[in-house]
This record gives sequence, structure tokens and C-alpha cells, in this order.
Amino acid sequence: MSANMGERRGFNIEKWGAPIALVVLLLIAIVVGWPHFHKPQNLINVMRQASYTGIIALSMTFVIISGGIDLSVGSLAAFCASIGVLFMNWLLGNGWSEFWAVVVGGIATSIIVGGVCGAANGILITWGKIVPFIVTLGTMSIFRYLCLQMANAGEFASKSQLFSRFGAASLFQFTVEKHRISLPVPIFTLIILAAILSFLLKNTRYGRYLCAVGSNAKVAQYSAIRVGRVRLWAYVINGLCVGVAATLLAARFNTVSTPNFGLSFEMDAIAAVIIGGTVMAGGRGTVWGTVIGCFMLQIIQNMLNMAGISPYWQGVVKGMVIIVSVYIQKQKQ
Amino acid sequence: MTEEIIRIGQLDKSFSGVPVLKNINLSIYRGEILGIIGENGAGKSTLMKILAGIYYPQTAGDIFLNGVRAEITNPIEARRLGISLVPQEFNLIRDLPVYNNIFLGSELMKYGITLDKAAMRRRTVELLAELGVTLSPDEQIENLSAAQKQMVEISKALAFHSQVLIMDEPTTMLTHYEIDILFRLVRKLRKNGLTIVYISHKLKEVKELTDRVVVLRDGEIVHDGPTSEVTTLQMAQKMVGRDLSSLFPPKNASVENETVFEVKDLSVPGVLRNVSFQLRRGEILGLAGLVGAGRTEVAETILGLRRKSGGEIRVNGATVSIMEPRNAVRKGISYLSEDRQGSGIITSFSVAQNTTLVSLPKYSNRLFHRIDKRSERRQVDSYIQEFHVKTESQEKRLENLSGGNQQKISLAKSIDTTPDILIIDEPTRGVDVSAKHEIYVFINKLVRENRISCVMISSELEEIIGMCNRVVVMREGTVTGELEGDAISEENIMAMATGAAEEKPA
Repeated sequence: MSANMGERRGFNIEKWGAPIALVVLLLIAIVVGWPHFHKPQNLINVMRQASYTGIIALSMTFVIISGGIDLSVGSLAAFCASIGVLFMNWLLGNGWSEFWAVVVGGIATSIIVGGVCGAANGILITWGKIVPFIVTLGTMSIFRYLCLQMANAGEFASKSQLFSRFGAASLFQFTVEKHRISLPVPIFTLIILAAILSFLLKNTRYGRYLCAVGSNAKVAQYSAIRVGRVRLWAYVINGLCVGVAATLLAARFNTVSTPNFGLSFEMDAIAAVIIGGTVMAGGRGTVWGTVIGCFMLQIIQNMLNMAGISPYWQGVVKGMVIIVSVYIQKQKQ
Repeated sequence: MTEEIIRIGQLDKSFSGVPVLKNINLSIYRGEILGIIGENGAGKSTLMKILAGIYYPQTAGDIFLNGVRAEITNPIEARRLGISLVPQEFNLIRDLPVYNNIFLGSELMKYGITLDKAAMRRRTVELLAELGVTLSPDEQIENLSAAQKQMVEISKALAFHSQVLIMDEPTTMLTHYEIDILFRLVRKLRKNGLTIVYISHKLKEVKELTDRVVVLRDGEIVHDGPTSEVTTLQMAQKMVGRDLSSLFPPKNASVENETVFEVKDLSVPGVLRNVSFQLRRGEILGLAGLVGAGRTEVAETILGLRRKSGGEIRVNGATVSIMEPRNAVRKGISYLSEDRQGSGIITSFSVAQNTTLVSLPKYSNRLFHRIDKRSERRQVDSYIQEFHVKTESQEKRLENLSGGNQQKISLAKSIDTTPDILIIDEPTRGVDVSAKHEIYVFINKLVRENRISCVMISSELEEIIGMCNRVVVMREGTVTGELEGDAISEENIMAMATGAAEEKPA
């Protein structure tokens, strides 16, 4: 009796908390970053920067809803990008002429490597029955040092010019206040993937099972759900998204610097998921919340940049935002 | 017997403006066993939680302890005042030994810094001896039976010179035999001058044990008088507030001879030995026995949740291979778990999401397995109406529903796969009388009209006797006997369940 009154009386923080926080943050940023922050070009830049870790955060949402975690995403991104670039260079060095097919081959390689490595994480977790934290802590190290070993801790520079054109590509040119604006591919990819994953989570059997497994794995098991498979797929999807993000970022620089590529992406992705309102213990969350979480983190960074605050302080602020957002979530429970 | 130890005067309690207790006036006398009964949601637990300091403050009214007005602000304060609560769900830490659990949060200290383990052990031995329980203070909680855990809970409550012991549904997890032990203990405690408040659904127990009975309905006291002056039927009527016809619907008389389901020589090392039984179409077959006899394990093995070492399972005469619950569902077998919150329902899921959790493939198309939410909604609505589930909407999370309504949803979930064989494990555990009645009627209807065959596992003999056409009794992982028709009686079942039948020559 008592609980439902609370439900009806209060508005739904879970649903509206993140969007409201985003609007408040935008207003603050406009003031602090006056007169540059609200310019379309800056906003597009903010969104572009947010989209690389954002794509990873989308699928991280799935992993966290399943009751797990994936710490290996940053290293895996470096690994996927390295293999992708190496494959393109190998094609170009073996008689293939510079053509879109080569770029598509590189992109596909990155994504496939991501999916396979994600599956490896998932198999160790489900069949090996090792907790996700430990498995992905291990693979985080493995993927990173494989890259460093291959590159001798250096870079893999892409020999393809088309790849870097892909990295800078934009869609949908339009004009706002005499500025020519277009939507960079990463932002476009983020939005498309968010729409797909959100549909998967909310409207399909898999999404329902994912929440069930994350809420109470035993009930799920008794309810004839294949708990292991549901979990495994979350890691595979995550690996695929890491591959997508890695190839977009590699194309942007047209090179992969193995010590730095994707560094601390796991932290940013997890932070975005949590700020977006997904429950760390698993069981429920939203994909669009995560998108908002990514944008918020990036807006904070951009705003502090404009205010001339050092990047070190920015890290401190980011940490505080994560803690405060979880604290607010806790209060409503 | 007339010395008043607690007096509650004009007490009100509301949650978010919804009154849960209204104008409660109640005296509790030293050395009595007071039974408090009422349906789920009647306010029994709320009242007791106020006395135990868990809910503070009350909205209005006063509590007097030995004639002095008391503010019971938290459980530690309640304990200091001599009021202890034995909660319905065990509140013990599995990995700690008995003595540590008893003193959890109020550890005895040496020199104010180190734990005085020796003293705690000594006191634990004393307490357990007082209760007449033989149990090592160093035993881990996880190795204890439900009854032993209950004893530890009681020791915990008594460790600090209690005057009033409140027991909230203490027999839910206990078998018949263990309940007897508990009752002896409670009577012994009364003799030692303790006052006991006994909250229960089980009217027979209240009738047997208590001196006085108070009936709560919708937050008000509707009856207060000596137990000897009311029958269990009168108690039930006062609880429900209406006339109760028979609790059990008439049994299905037209059981067919056709065997739809058969278990043959089912064995699981250390758990089950050569368990065999047959189930006929339209039959309700009871699986009786003490807790730990292996009844739930039989169900889990059938579902593929436990690996069997031998034996077979036959559906309609054909041997089937079931490796995981999914296979069982496809063969038309459905299971209602005894552990509602642990393996039956997801409390953070909505009514609709829970109902269709097993049967979801029915509602999703081939492409992407997209869920057809409209047909889902329609089906769930029909269950809500059929079961009289009290909920404002399908979107409501199950954690906000009462136990009885949760159980109805759990049952709806089990039958939404349209099974031929339904295995229900403790179908009315923690459910009030009217919900119980509704569940019985519904199961009966399934058997009569839908020609479903049902295996009913239950520790409530009344239920087994009232519902089943045939009963298989288990003890220590094996079948010890089978009863049919008029032979289904409490005496016969208990004899087989405890092994008494084997001892005397037939």
C-alpha cells in the first residue's frame, strides 16, 4: 500500500532524472562557456568526442544490466584498431589497390575481432564461471600488451588515405546561422546504434531476458531462460560495439598509438552508463540514458576547458559527478 | 495473569497517508501466549514492528511498558526494554558460527577491545541448553536445518533478558514434527514467565497454542478474547469478515486411467534413491514428507536443474531427455517454485513481465523476437481478472504487491505455457486464507476443465488431504508409501513420513 502511493505521488526520477540533469548542465555550460559553447560547431565537436566512448557505453549498458562489467573495452579497442589497420596495410602491400573495399575490409576486421574477443570474455565468464571483474581485468591486460608487443610499444600508421577520409566523413550537410554544419559519421553511428540497442532492450525477448538475468539469475534459470547464453551475448554485443568505436577512432587519426589508444575508455563508458541511470547491480537500465550520460561527461569537460581549468581538475570533477549521480540514485530507493 | 506488561492505547500508523493501523487498543499480560491473526495486509506485522522499534514513530497513540510510557525508537532500544522479535525470514549470517550470530551486533567484549569468544560460547551453550537444543555453538549456520535456525533465532532473541518475545509466522519453514518441538519450547518459555506474542496464519496452530487471540482486519482489532471460546472456523470468519464455505473445493472424481507422466527409479547421488511414481490425467497427486525428504529435489531433477545419475522420466509413455528447464517446458511440464522470491518471481519486474517470463516465445515474432505487447497485455489482463489480483496496473512491480497476489502471479506464470503437467511446490506458502481458497479453486478448475495433471508438493497436511486424489510420501530421498482415497489421513502420512510405519510390523 505504502509503496504505490510513493510511486504515484513522486515523479519518476529513473525516467526523467538524466534528461533534466542534461538540460541543467547545458544551461550552466552556456553561461560558463559564453560566447563559444552554444555555437553549433562546438556542440557538434562535443558530440563527436562523446561518441567514441559513447558507442562502447551503449553496449556496456547491456553488460551492466546483465549483472556484469567489462573492464577490457579500452584495451580491446586498441587491439581491434591495430588488427584492422594491419589488415588494411597487408592488403595494400599485397597488390590491392587503394579502394573502398580495403577500408571496408579493415572496418569489418576490427568489428569481427571485437566480437570474437567479446565472445572470449563471455565464454570465460559463463562456462568458466569466473566473475566478470576478474576475467575482464585479465583480458584488459592481455589485449593491451598484445598490441604493445606487436607494435613494440609504438604506432601502427595506416597506409590508406581513404581510411582517414572515412574518419573525417560527415553526413547531412545543412546550414545554421550561416555556418555549414554536418553530422560526422561517429555521431550518426552512435544514434543509429542507440536506436537499435534500445529497441533490442525494450521490445525483444532478448532484452527482457537480459533484465531478468540481471535481476535474479536463479529465477531466470527456473523460468527456462538460458542464463549463460543471455550473458554471453551481452559480451559479444559489447565486443562488436568496441570494434565499431575502435575503427572510427583509428580512422580519425589514421593511426593507432598502442600505449594510448582507448586508454581509460572503460572508466568513461562505465561512468556514462551509471550517470545515465542504469543500476550498477544489474536488472534495469536504459540505452538513451547512457547516451545522455556520455554527452554530460563530455559537456563538463568542454565547459571546464573553456573556463581554462586544468585537465587534472577536470578529472577530479568527473569523479565527483559519478559519485553524486549514484548518490542521487540511491536516495530515491 | 492479570499483570499488564504492555498496553497500546489508541495507536494509529499510516504510510504515506494510507492508514495501516487504526485506533488499536490492546493489552498484553505477563506470562500469556497471545495469538494475533489476520489476513496478509491486515496490519499484524506492522503492529509488531512498532513494538520491536523497527517502525518509529507511530502516527498517533501511546505504548506503555509496565505502566510507564515508552518510546521504542529502534530495535536496540526495544531489546533493552525487553522486547525481542523473531522475524519471519531468518536473519542469520550463513558463514558465521552459531554463537557469533546470537551475539551479532551486541558482541561481548574483553577489556573493551577484543571479542570475548569464550564468554559468548559459554552463554550460547547455556541458552541452547535452556531451550533444550543440542547444538554446538561453533556450528556454521549453513549446516543447520530450518528448525535449528529457528532455535538460533530464538536464542538470539532471548540472549538479553527478554520479557516479551514476538514470533512472526514462526512455523512457515518448519515441518509438522519440528512444529511440535517449537510448541513445546514456547510453552516452556511461558512457564519461565516469558510473554509470547504469536503471529500466524495457521489457525489450527493458534488454537492449539495460544491463551488469547486477537483478530486484526484492515488495521482494526475485530476480536479479542480467550482462545478456548472460539473455533478455528470462527477465527477464519472474523479474519475474512464473511462466511467461509469449505476451504477446499470438491475433488475431481473423474480421474482417467491414462498415465500422462511417470518417474521411474529417479536417483541423484546423496539426494534421491529410486524415486518412482505415476501421474494420471486429471489427477492431483500429493508429494508429502518432512522438509528435507527430497520432494523439491524430485521437482528440480525433473526440470533438469539437477543431474540425475539414473532413472527415467516419461511423458505420455515416451521417455524424454530433459537437460534444462527449457526442455521440460517444451514437453509440457511446468513448475511453481516453493521459494517465491528466490526462484519464482522477479520482484523488480512488473506484473506483466513476470507473468510472461516463461511463455515469452508465445508473444514474440520470428523476426528479432519482437514482443507483441498488445497480446501480452490482453493475456495478463485475463489472469488479473480470473485470479482477482489486487493491482492497479500491469506495470506495477511485484515488490509492491502482497504475498498472496505475488503468488497468484507466480501461478499465472507457471500455467501461461499451457502445460499438461503442473508441478506446484508449496502453492500457498505465506498466503492468507482467502487467497488460499482462490488458489485451491483455480487448481481444481485446471484439473477438471483443462484436464491438466498436477503434482502438489506441500508441507501443509491439511492441504494435501483436502486437495489430492492420491498421495506419495517421501522420506530421506526415497518413496516410503502411497495412499489413496480415504486412506489419505494425517496419521497415515505422518507414519510414512517419519518412518514410524516401518518400525511396527504391518
